[in-house]
Amino acid sequence: MIQLILKRLFTYIPVLLVVVIITFLMIHAAPGGPFDAERVASPEIIEKLNEAYNLDKPIHVQIYNYLFNAIQGDFGPSFKYPGRTVTELIMSGLPTTIELAIYSILFAIFLGVISGLVASLNPGKILDIVPMSISLLGICIPSIILGPVLVLIFGIWYEVLPVYGWGDNPGDKILPTITLGTAYAAIFARLTRGGMLEILGQDYIRTARAKGLSEIRIVIVHALRGGILPVISFLGPAIAGLLAGSFVVETIFQINGVGRFYVQAAFNRDYTMILGTSILFTFMTLTFVLISDIMASFLNPTLRDSGGLE
Amino acid sequence: MHWLLILFLFLAGCSGNTDQKSKVDLYSEQGILLLGNGTEPSGIDPHIVTGVPEHKILLALLEGLVIFNPQNNGVLPGVASEWVISEDGLTYTFIFNPEAKWTNGESVKPEHFVYSWKRILSPELGAQYADMLYVIKNAESFHKGQIKDFSKVGVSVFENKLVVTLENPTPYFLNILTHYSTWPVHPETVEKFGGMTSRNNKWTRVNNFIGNGPFKLDSWEINKSLKVSRNDLYWGNDSNKINGIEFLPIDNELTQDRLFRSGGIHLANTVPTEKIIRYREERPKELVEHNYFGTYYYRINTNKSPLNDVNFRKALSLSIDRDLIVKSILKGNQKVSYSFTPPDENSYNPSTKLEFNPVKAKLLFKESGYDINNQPLEVLYNTSEGHQKIAQAIQEMWKKHLGLNVILTNVDWKVYLARETQGEFDISRAGWIGDYPDPFTFLDMMVTDRGNNKTGWSNARYDEILNNAASQISTTKRYELYEEAEKILIDELPVIPLYTYTRTYLLSERVKNWQKNILDTNPYQFLSLE
Repeated sequence: MIQLILKRLFTYIPVLLVVVIITFLMIHAAPGGPFDAERVASPEIIEKLNEAYNLDKPIHVQIYNYLFNAIQGDFGPSFKYPGRTVTELIMSGLPTTIELAIYSILFAIFLGVISGLVASLNPGKILDIVPMSISLLGICIPSIILGPVLVLIFGIWYEVLPVYGWGDNPGDKILPTITLGTAYAAIFARLTRGGMLEILGQDYIRTARAKGLSEIRIVIVHALRGGILPVISFLGPAIAGLLAGSFVVETIFQINGVGRFYVQAAFNRDYTMILGTSILFTFMTLTFVLISDIMASFLNPTLRDSGGLE
Repeated sequence: MHWLLILFLFLAGCSGNTDQKSKVDLYSEQGILLLGNGTEPSGIDPHIVTGVPEHKILLALLEGLVIFNPQNNGVLPGVASEWVISEDGLTYTFIFNPEAKWTNGESVKPEHFVYSWKRILSPELGAQYADMLYVIKNAESFHKGQIKDFSKVGVSVFENKLVVTLENPTPYFLNILTHYSTWPVHPETVEKFGGMTSRNNKWTRVNNFIGNGPFKLDSWEINKSLKVSRNDLYWGNDSNKINGIEFLPIDNELTQDRLFRSGGIHLANTVPTEKIIRYREERPKELVEHNYFGTYYYRINTNKSPLNDVNFRKALSLSIDRDLIVKSILKGNQKVSYSFTPPDENSYNPSTKLEFNPVKAKLLFKESGYDINNQPLEVLYNTSEGHQKIAQAIQEMWKKHLGLNVILTNVDWKVYLARETQGEFDISRAGWIGDYPDPFTFLDMMVTDRGNNKTGWSNARYDEILNNAASQISTTKRYELYEEAEKILIDELPVIPLYTYTRTYLLSERVKNWQKNILDTNPYQFLSLE
């Protein structure tokens, strides 16, 4: 197992390298530069700025310099925020984004698994059709719509929840968590239902029933472990998706997370910030997928035995 | 659905804060202003930053030689308690207020301004607003590296006074000094945390920052808030009734609007266009609308055919119904433009006219000999619903009145800027907000080869008039020359002005003494909270 994990960790290097090089080439190919402004700076000033940020060197030298510094943990200064480094800016928002993602994923698992469980135990009945229809709706409504609707209802009409910030006012984490987590709750509900229906039809469940075990015991002890596997496998990509997609929720609720930098950097042509956030999200995606693979193989010995980690 | 209902009942039960005071109520009692401030400031170094949110913050933290007078767009004493202007208008001698202090207790000295201006004019710093000081003798040459000795630049200290020598008599020089790029930095602090010309200087960090404004920096959490509190050492504290300000970087106008309505901020610095009419009807006392020193216009690439033909450009302008755009699309009390510089009834008020006359437009269009079957011209704009609506209306007007086909292209901000600068456009939407209240900030832009001209247009007579105007001491004479230049511009139309900007925002009734002025600037020490 440890060997397999190390092997997977080793693949990070070429993946990150490719991401850096492609991102580097793409941002330099994109029209417009970091110093384009409505108030045009003179060519002399642009020249000085390019010199200050090493943009006057050939692209391969820039990539080499960047990688050389990045390996040592220096992701360069931000172009948009003079006087601040990329690392510093990312670290200012990362804890909030991770916290938001954790709450959202817990909310999604809780709501999704329970709904999926209820639906799977009542196939074709009203308790199946209603949660599954709502979950379809949850998948279809993007957070950019859901957020403002929730704000309108709970923040403005009924004034029961704050509409802004993160950790500043009691209850201000509720709406962002629901907004970000709902779509994943819906997916988890459908995955749980599918997984459970498959397991509930297995021979060993029939045997358990024949032995006279209670339905609750069968579901919780025997079926859930296997039925929830699709959810576990999807956890990694889900958390990565939540982190990368958090910028919408961070913008709606004005949360000081790192997701906003990800998007703003691209609009600002803040080259070093684009690279820094791309590396961060690539790293996190790889890591969460790895973690969910490890969890899945613990829950399912067949995966572990067949080297499912690979 | 049950869970939703339960959750709602739970929240309603445990929160139920409808009777509680809002944040605005609580903060007003403490004398703290809560300001929605647009995007996260890129920094607070006055010699590096360039945006409006940064300006609003610097207004609290630093002070220049003079302060902008929000009541009449003039100036009030700042670090300089008085000043003497030589008869030829070329030399300004500033006498410093002995009570003007830095937040560390040191006096603000003329030498600090010499250091600060040397800093912004040093080419190595790459300051984008350095040209604000080009009116000072040899400042441009120093900035462009043509002279290396700063003592040749027209700024020096004599008997504890700051003496500034200008290239030309510049009656609006004091107005320029209200711009943050001319404000001082504390030399020792700048040197200590990175040096004079370092862009990555750490002097602006909370624990390092030393300012001389009415407020001092308390905290700065990126993308969350920047807080300042009353500077007890500020010389003008007798009239300062504000204890602190919290600047909230809220770039989403809908979020800002929701926050204002829920009592979270005193000021929402924008209003979603579609809500203006509703606010006007339902909450008129909170909706503030006033003229702004800015023009929205279409920029023409005069290097390209048929746009190099003045008759063609006139036909384009004559077939635009500006009234319709202002009343039916914008709906924000904007004024139709008749000149490039926004008019001011009390000072510069040019008599130029831009009429809507489709018949005349058609005649001129025919004269230009343009074949409407040619490849259509392109109107370029940066992605925005507002720009799109105007572009669509104008596209329709040109089609209807001239039979001209144009295609609309929207691109992201940086692409738009790059294409404009490189001349890769036919017609592009543009806007310009004056940096100080003088027509020069608009008219100078259209001088041959100015970086912000971007139209390729050049007129020797226009350049000559602007040059002559620079040496005039008399404001009346100067304005006459400006008007002459303005007429040339409106006659040749390398730019087609459409409307004068209006500032529209939401302001809590608790904020008092707020002045509606064309630069939308209110030094906070003149405000109060109820």
